[in-house]
Amino acid sequence: MRSLASICVVIFALIVVWYLSAFVLNTPWAMDKAKRAGIEISSKELVLDTWSQEKPKLPAPHQVGVEIWKTTVEKKITSKRSLIFHSWITLSSTLVGFLIGTSLGILLAIGIVHNNAMNMSVMPWAIASQTIPILAIAPMIIVVLNSIGVQGLLPKAIISSYLCFFPVVVGMVKGLRSPDRIDTDLLHTYNATNVQKFWKLRLPTSMPFLFASLKVGISASLVGAIVGELPTGAVRGLGARLLAGSYYGQTIQIWSALIMAAMLAAVLVGILALLQRFTLNRMGMT
Amino acid sequence: MTLILGALIFWVSAWILNSRLADSALAETRFVKLLVPLIFGFTIIGVWELLVRGLSVPLVILPPPSLVIETASQNLEILWKDLVQTFFKGAFRGYIIGCMSAIFIGILLERFEFLRLGLMPVASFMAALPIVGTAPILVMWFGFDWQSKAAVVVVMVFFPMLINTVAGLRESSQIQNDLMRTYAASNWQAFIKLRLPAAMPFIFNGLKISTTLALIGAIVAEFFGSPTVGMGFRISTSVGQLALDMVWAEIVVAAVVGSLFYGFMVIIEKGVTFWHPSQRG
Repeated sequence: MRSLASICVVIFALIVVWYLSAFVLNTPWAMDKAKRAGIEISSKELVLDTWSQEKPKLPAPHQVGVEIWKTTVEKKITSKRSLIFHSWITLSSTLVGFLIGTSLGILLAIGIVHNNAMNMSVMPWAIASQTIPILAIAPMIIVVLNSIGVQGLLPKAIISSYLCFFPVVVGMVKGLRSPDRIDTDLLHTYNATNVQKFWKLRLPTSMPFLFASLKVGISASLVGAIVGELPTGAVRGLGARLLAGSYYGQTIQIWSALIMAAMLAAVLVGILALLQRFTLNRMGMT
Repeated sequence: MTLILGALIFWVSAWILNSRLADSALAETRFVKLLVPLIFGFTIIGVWELLVRGLSVPLVILPPPSLVIETASQNLEILWKDLVQTFFKGAFRGYIIGCMSAIFIGILLERFEFLRLGLMPVASFMAALPIVGTAPILVMWFGFDWQSKAAVVVVMVFFPMLINTVAGLRESSQIQNDLMRTYAASNWQAFIKLRLPAAMPFIFNGLKISTTLALIGAIVAEFFGSPTVGMGFRISTSVGQLALDMVWAEIVVAAVVGSLFYGFMVIIEKGVTFWHPSQRG
């Protein structure tokens, strides 16, 4: 209860700070405008003006809220100006990429756990690859795939899957190795085959690790999809909205795309967290 | 055709060698542990080279590694300038500012329970968000030069760092705190001698995650506007000119710098947290 109260206080404080910074950052422009028009503005007018400019340096929260409302509820979903349309474009490649990346990651993890040579040769590279800014190759993947005729959803999905691949591999290897010695020995005394060991022991015990890496993976996928939309020249998707906004100085559009991406990430991670709670509860692991 | 066959034979023989090594009695030695991944890495580069030449893949799709090395060695000066602009000016400064301020605020939060309760859920929410998205805004605010890149890096590393610092500072157990009290240690002494050292493994965990985030932030921010120098700028313009050998050269540089930066933090961590079970081998 206390923590809920303090969260509310902090969020309220953040919004106040946001309004104040909007006032401070947008004041020069408002003053300048008034000077050119040759009018004196009262302080009340100044404050109202800084919170309602068309291309502010920092839009006030209510401006972003109105923009999101206008581009989601009041526009048709099929319209190119609808934020839901753009979110769907980003979301679809995020999900496809996430699916590809996690399934390949889990497969590789299974290979690594069961094959010693694979473990020794691939694992160090999988760990080292986490220190590399993989996102830098996103534009290249888009352009190369474009030049051989692959367009649209797939190139972005490949970037997404690439980004969530390695965290899943590392997490799942840890998870599949997490059964205690005593449990593997027990299955050994039952004369269980490797396949049986996998289904009855390794996979169930790896569940907490799986969900932890899925949560990391899904936010990495979303970042991948957004960045993957940048080099295609800002056509569709949340990343394209960000880029188009920055070309034309449409700050309100950038902020609304950003908030939308944040909500998307929150919903995706939230769904996974619910799934995690449900699964682990059913398995009696919480 | 012979090249393709060569690639296949090369792959199979390297794989057989690796499985022999992994299953042999020597597998636990340090040398073999290092050798096996190295062989694997060389195999991939070798097969890549042979396949690209054998199938005569066009340069605009995938250049062979030898060409990448050649391009890199011819353009060392450009690569160095890009590295200075993106890494030393943008990423590194942002990293220092972001991590320092996050640690500082984490320490403050430790003193104020109410703030911590409110801020931490917000911070862990923020850490899951696609923060690179703030890049266009920050580029607008701070201009095209390194200042905006550093700003993106600050925002990106701040939340993971803050979460780790706060988690670390809460790591000392009640019994340890009680011991400090029995020594009549002041709050400041307990902080310096107990809570801060106990937090170090967590803080270094955050510092290590942040090295990669810093490079990503600086490179992606350059996609939204930069002076005519920098790794992100070079990557996006070279992709536009279909000069993929240059793109790969930049990626190699980014990979090497990223690993070195990470390795550097690991070395410092070993020195600072030598007492921690994970470091005692």
